[in-house]
Amino acid sequence: MPDTPPVLTRDQVAHLADLARIDLSDDELDHLAPQLSVILESVAAIQGVAGDDVPPTSHPIPMTNVFREDVVRPGLTAEQALSGAPAAEQQRFSVPRILGDEQ
Amino acid sequence: MSSTSTTGTDWTRRSAAELADALAAGEVTSVELTQAHLDRIAAVDGDADAGVHAFLHVDAEGALEQARASDARRAAGEPASYLDGVPIAVKDVMTTTGLPTTCGSKMLEGWVPPYDSTVVAKLKAAGLPILGKTNMDEFAMGSSTEHSAYGPTRNPWDLTRIPGGSGGGSAAAVAAFEAPLAIGTDTGGSIRQPGAVTGTVGVKPTYGGVSRHGLVALANSLDQAGPVTRTVLDSALLHELIGGHDPLDSTSISEAVPALVDAARQGASGDVSGLRVGVITELRGGEGWQPGVLARFDEALEALVAAGAEVVEVSCPNIVHAIAAYYLILPAECSSNLAKFDAMRYGLRVLPEGVESPSAEAVMRASRDAGFGDEVKRRIILGTYALSSGYYDAYYGQAQKLRTLISRDFTAAFEQVDVLVSPTAPTTAFALGEKLDDPLAMYAGDLATIPANLAGIPGISVPAGLADEDGLPVGFQVLAPALADDRVYRVGAAVEALLEKKWGHALWAQAPELTTRQGADA
Repeated sequence: MPDTPPVLTRDQVAHLADLARIDLSDDELDHLAPQLSVILESVAAIQGVAGDDVPPTSHPIPMTNVFREDVVRPGLTAEQALSGAPAAEQQRFSVPRILGDEQ
Repeated sequence: MSSTSTTGTDWTRRSAAELADALAAGEVTSVELTQAHLDRIAAVDGDADAGVHAFLHVDAEGALEQARASDARRAAGEPASYLDGVPIAVKDVMTTTGLPTTCGSKMLEGWVPPYDSTVVAKLKAAGLPILGKTNMDEFAMGSSTEHSAYGPTRNPWDLTRIPGGSGGGSAAAVAAFEAPLAIGTDTGGSIRQPGAVTGTVGVKPTYGGVSRHGLVALANSLDQAGPVTRTVLDSALLHELIGGHDPLDSTSISEAVPALVDAARQGASGDVSGLRVGVITELRGGEGWQPGVLARFDEALEALVAAGAEVVEVSCPNIVHAIAAYYLILPAECSSNLAKFDAMRYGLRVLPEGVESPSAEAVMRASRDAGFGDEVKRRIILGTYALSSGYYDAYYGQAQKLRTLISRDFTAAFEQVDVLVSPTAPTTAFALGEKLDDPLAMYAGDLATIPANLAGIPGISVPAGLADEDGLPVGFQVLAPALADDRVYRVGAAVEALLEKKWGHALWAQAPELTTRQGADA
């Protein structure tokens, strides 16, 4: 855990954008990286406010094991499901090639 | 046609309850009401460059068809609900069959969903003609509607100012008399803050009180749909209609919706004797708070005291950290949510330039760059960082613990008082463009609304008057414990009634006349 709030570098922002699968242009990196650093510095202020004994809250209204009846109900037809597809073929989503690029 | 009927009545200036009563009494038809609002939209809504621009899509044909069906039901003596035939506008984040749902993003330009959100399905079943879909910050990220990819909405009180956000379109539509009712969604204040700055009423229900099925998710643990109206009673009517358990939303609560209309009617008597009201110390002023906002807030408090309420100050010390916690939790959830926009199954697909036979991943990267705007990119990247290994505990984990502390503050406060109150927003509507490239300044305006989302509790914003320095609307916020939504209606209606008695009219009666666009009102 860092002792001081880290300021995001341009390279770090480029890496994060890569992880989020967004191609950022150089101009966008120049523009967004400083803003993200300012935001991060600001939100880092909460570090240390809550002690180790405080449990995290992930959901505001406590709930456990939400089930529904296991009954068949109508879903989307193939035509409906594909209605917004950028490309479709033989009742399937048609996608660009998925192999070949190094990761 | 003009928006005034042959009887000289301007139906766009009526509350939804008045319209429902007029329909029931046979004084007007749903077709006439719907047409009056469509005419008003044609006259004042304009486009991205001028006018209110509350709507991204207007569905005149569909709305009139629904209105004709409503009139037929009523003629047969079988109205589907009290509000059958009263038209409504829906935020463009709710899926609608037959109507585009863009979420204010280029990513979903032209997308027509294959299913209705539960809220929209309930509106259709209850017979409310849907006028169209309202403008919003892209994927509900923003406090000004300026982050819409289709141009900003403008505040009907001053067209050079923001209408709030993310639901600026719904609030502006109601404030500009383009719709008597609208649906909004509130993740950090996106119903209440637009309500405050446009002089309208907005309610964020208890988390899980209204189904999220078909609400395009921004942050699942914070999002909540609710009513946007000009009166508290209208919000109660709409809330009762859209609320309730939905098996299609596993976070939907099973408790029945409280008697909200009864609570609003009770509150409208203005009698609040014995009511314990807590003013949140941390939202009582200081740096960044506009004097005119605080003055109107104090007047509303005085009115409550004069009507018999007991007002005390209550401290919720951890809410000073609410913005920081929120801007870690929200980006974390949205970066995960928006991963679904991958250019494969629906939405925008852009091929990278100069690449022969690009891979799916290259297409995904190019599409997400082209489809998302700056604010969405900022939050996705911030969320990716907050969730990344090595920083998770320091950021996201800490924010979740803060969420616990803020909830505990509220629980302790509600042991002392029935409701908590504050101004809804620290300032009136700021100028378009003023904070567009200063994200932190924009986020700071959410400090009074965010805590309720983190804790899942209900809140309402009601008009508190106009600030002296700029003549713009101020909102009064009432918060209640989870599941006690009826309290925000009772107290909200009391504040509304007490202030209207003092002013001698509703705040919206003071709204400036909007310039009718040339050639628009035939």
